[in-house]
Amino acid sequence: MNFVILGCGRVGSRLAVLLDKMGHNVAIIDRTSDAFKRLPTTFKGRAVIGIGIDEDVLKSAGIEQADVFAAVTNGDNTNIMASQVAKELFQVPRVIARIYDPIREGTYHALGLDTICPTTLITNQIINDVLSGDMLPGSNKVANR
Amino acid sequence: MYIIVAGGGKVGRYLTETLVNDGYEVLLIERLKAKVEQYTEQLGGVAVQGDACEAQVLADAGAGRADVIIAVTGDDEDNLVICQMAKRKFNVGRAIARVNNPKNERIFKHLGIDATVSHTNIILSMIEQVIPSHSLWHLTHLRNSDLEMIDAVLGSNSPVLNKSLSSINLPADSNVVLVVRNGKTIVPRGDLVFAPHDEVIAIVARNSRHEVRRLLVGTE
Repeated sequence: MNFVILGCGRVGSRLAVLLDKMGHNVAIIDRTSDAFKRLPTTFKGRAVIGIGIDEDVLKSAGIEQADVFAAVTNGDNTNIMASQVAKELFQVPRVIARIYDPIREGTYHALGLDTICPTTLITNQIINDVLSGDMLPGSNKVANR
Repeated sequence: MYIIVAGGGKVGRYLTETLVNDGYEVLLIERLKAKVEQYTEQLGGVAVQGDACEAQVLADAGAGRADVIIAVTGDDEDNLVICQMAKRKFNVGRAIARVNNPKNERIFKHLGIDATVSHTNIILSMIEQVIPSHSLWHLTHLRNSDLEMIDAVLGSNSPVLNKSLSSINLPADSNVVLVVRNGKTIVPRGDLVFAPHDEVIAIVARNSRHEVRRLLVGTE
């Protein structure tokens, strides 16, 4: 499958490398070339320097042929805008945005964006790990969303 | 009318001051505490501190009863999110966004922002107006359509001089709506005959702009 990943931080670079190893076609975008130092020399995908909310940058990363777009920069709003551009303008079939702010995540999730909120994932994980069985309210595990 | 301004840079600050002086109820949301204190001292209690991208901040600012939100931070993605949150979560009637990268104007409109202002485009169009070789100026895009309004001054080598409006083969979706001649405005009919120095204002389909330029102005 064709993947376009926005943001070459810890998550973006790891995702890119794993997908690349699995034999997928990967392009990764970041504002600075420094970020691409996280990629090993064995990485066969493409690294594109540019602003991820810029249509032309997305095009040069192959967004028009992409099956999946993942926005994982450290800026919630950058991820939100880039994802909407990918989804609405380029009709990428699967678009995923990382949003740290749970309220913003809730709003955009309700609006039909596929979102991942690390904040709720981690807090729920810790609560579920620490509080066992009947200590949990209603003895149900805290839902992930 | 209640207006929320998001982003207290120079644009936001002067916009707030002007709107207050015009008698509107205005609240400015700015991230930096120091700026909020400075504006409160200068303008009275019209500014609050907070990140306008956050729903709680918008709720506290009374977004639920706001008529208009104007997002004028220096970051396009922030302006987009502020406007979308205001419109979709708080049902604010009208959202206006400042667009720093002109390319984003189209995207913003596509994503439901009512109006955009691009200072980059405004300055560009002013440059176009002072460069005489650029005799066709883009005035505005018409919202929710592929039409735009253009303005052309007919030079001495314009192909339409001494021809009537009805005899010109304008592309489909295009029409001359106004002619300014010697300072007087004329709403043209088919029998209007073009004269040198006529200023012609036309509605054109975006993809036929170049053809209209060729017809009215000729090749430069």
